[in-house]
Amino acid sequence: MSSEFYRERIIDHYRNPRNYGSIEDAQIKVQESNPLCGDDVELYIKLDKDGKVEDIKFKGKGCAISTASASLMTELLKGKKLDDLLSFTKKEILDALGIETLGLNPARIKCALLPYKALKIGVYRHLGKEISEEEEHLLDYEAEA
Amino acid sequence: MCTDQLDPEVIKRDFPIFKRRIYGKPLIYLDNAATTQRPRQVIEAIREFYENYNANVHRGVYRLSIEATEAYENARAKVAKFINAKDSEIVFTRNATEALNLVAYSWGLQNLKKGDRILLTEMEHHSNIVPWQLIAKHTGAEIDYIPFNEEGLLVEEEVDRLLNLGPKIVSITHASNVLGTINDVKEIVEKAHKVGAIAIVDAAQSVPHMPVDVKEIGCDFLAFSGHKALGPLGVGVLYGKRDLLKEMNPFLGGGDMISRVWLGGAEWNELPWKFEAGTSSVADVIGLGAAIDYLNSIGMDKVRAHEVKLTDYALKRLSEVPDIKIYGPRELDKRCAVISFNLPGIHPHDLASILDEEGIAVRAGHHCAQPLLNKLGVAATARASFYIYNSESDIDALVEGLYKARRIFRL
Repeated sequence: MSSEFYRERIIDHYRNPRNYGSIEDAQIKVQESNPLCGDDVELYIKLDKDGKVEDIKFKGKGCAISTASASLMTELLKGKKLDDLLSFTKKEILDALGIETLGLNPARIKCALLPYKALKIGVYRHLGKEISEEEEHLLDYEAEA
Repeated sequence: MCTDQLDPEVIKRDFPIFKRRIYGKPLIYLDNAATTQRPRQVIEAIREFYENYNANVHRGVYRLSIEATEAYENARAKVAKFINAKDSEIVFTRNATEALNLVAYSWGLQNLKKGDRILLTEMEHHSNIVPWQLIAKHTGAEIDYIPFNEEGLLVEEEVDRLLNLGPKIVSITHASNVLGTINDVKEIVEKAHKVGAIAIVDAAQSVPHMPVDVKEIGCDFLAFSGHKALGPLGVGVLYGKRDLLKEMNPFLGGGDMISRVWLGGAEWNELPWKFEAGTSSVADVIGLGAAIDYLNSIGMDKVRAHEVKLTDYALKRLSEVPDIKIYGPRELDKRCAVISFNLPGIHPHDLASILDEEGIAVRAGHHCAQPLLNKLGVAATARASFYIYNSESDIDALVEGLYKARRIFRL
C-alpha cells in the first residue's frame, strides 16, 4: 500500500473518527495522556457476558496520528475477546496506520501508540493484574514494534 | 562586515550544517529558540583545544595546562565584556537552568524563610519556575505570578500590586520563549529594588539576540545559555553582582571551588571559582568565547535589526494564512524573533511533521512553559524562531509549508 493510501486513511480517521464518544456502563474506562504534546485519550470498553467487546469508544484531543490510531484501534477490536485484547500487538496498530510506509520518526510513533498504551493499561487493570516487568515493554514507546 | 545590514546568505556559508539536505531539500532551521547552529569558527576553536592544548585548568604548572587556563579565563573575559560585567562576576554553569538553580539553592536557601514571597511571571520557562517551587517547598516561602494580558504583555497594575506584597526575590524573563514578548526588565528591576527584593533576569532568549548590558538593566543576577548564542551545548552563564556572590554559600562542593580543605572543613576559593566545582567543560567554554567573537564581528545592534526586520516580515506573511492564530505582541519593539502560532484543525505536531518533509525545522509542543500554554488555553503551539542565518526566503518557505498542510488536511 502506498504512503498516499495511509496518509489519506489517517486524515480520514482524523476528520471523521469512528466510535467517538463515551460509554456510561463500560467495564473498562481508562485515560492516558502524553504530557509532551498534550494529547489525551479516554478509552471505553463494554464487554458482553461472554467477555467479548460489545462496544468500544474513545474520545479526547490529539494530533491526526493519535486520533486515527484510536479510531482504527476501536474498529479492529470490536467483537474481539479479552484474550485478543491482551495479545493485540503494537505492530498490528502501527501496520494499520502504515507507520513504516509513511516513514514516521520515533517522536510520532509515540503519538501512534498512545491509544494502545491506554488499552493495555485498561485491560490489565480490569483483570486485576499488574503489568509485570517483562511486559513493561508493551508500553515502552521506544521499543521496537 | 561593513554594510549596514547583515547578509544572511554570507553568514550561512560559515555554518557547515547548511550543506546538509533533509529529504533531499535544503535545511531551513527555524528552531533557534531551542538551540542555534554553530559556525565553523566555534567548531574549530573546540577542535583546536583538543588537538593542541588539551589539559585541565587551574591545576598544572606545565605548558599545556597554562595555555588551557589562559584560554578558559580569556573566554570568561569575553563573556564579561559582552554583557558589561567584571570577569569575577561571571560563573560558568552547564546551562541557564543550572545558573538559575544556583541562585535558588545558594541565595534562596540562605535568605528565605517561611512566609517570604517570591515573584515570578506567568510567562516563565519551567527553568525559572521549578527551582523556585523546590526552594519554596524547602523554606515555606510562597510564589506569586505576574499575569500577562491578551496581547502577551505583563499587566502593569499587577506588577505594582504584587511588588507591594514585598517579595524577597523577583525573577523574570527578559524575552519569552513562547510569546516573544520583550519585558521592560530595567523598570521591573528598579521597582523590585525599591521594595528591597533582589532581581534576577532569565536572559536565555535575549543575550543571543540583542545588546544586553547588566549595568544598564541593574539586575543582581542574570542567566543565559551559550548554545542559544552559536556556542556549544553544555555551557551556561550566571552573572551575579560581586557583593551578593561573595556572601553566598557555594552551590556545589568539590575540587577547584576551595582555597583550603582540612578534615574538619574547608574555605572557599575566590570569585568566581567558588561556584565552579569540579572540572568544567573547558573546550566548550572556549567555544563559547569563539561564538561571542563571531557575534561581535557582526555587532549585536545589527543582529537585533536583522531579527526585527525578519519578525516584521514573518508576522505579515503568516497573517495571510487563513484562520491562523498568532500569539504575542504585535509591536516590534516589544517582540523578539520568536513566533508561536496555531492553525485550527491541524495539531502542531502534524504541522511540524509536514514542515519537516519540506526540510523546515520548527518546534511543536508546550515549549517548557506549561503554565503559559494553560493560560492561552492550548496544549501546544507551533513555533518558528529566527537567527542571523535566516532570511525572508525561509519565511516564504514556512508559509508555503502551512498552505501545503492546509491542503493535506483539506482545509
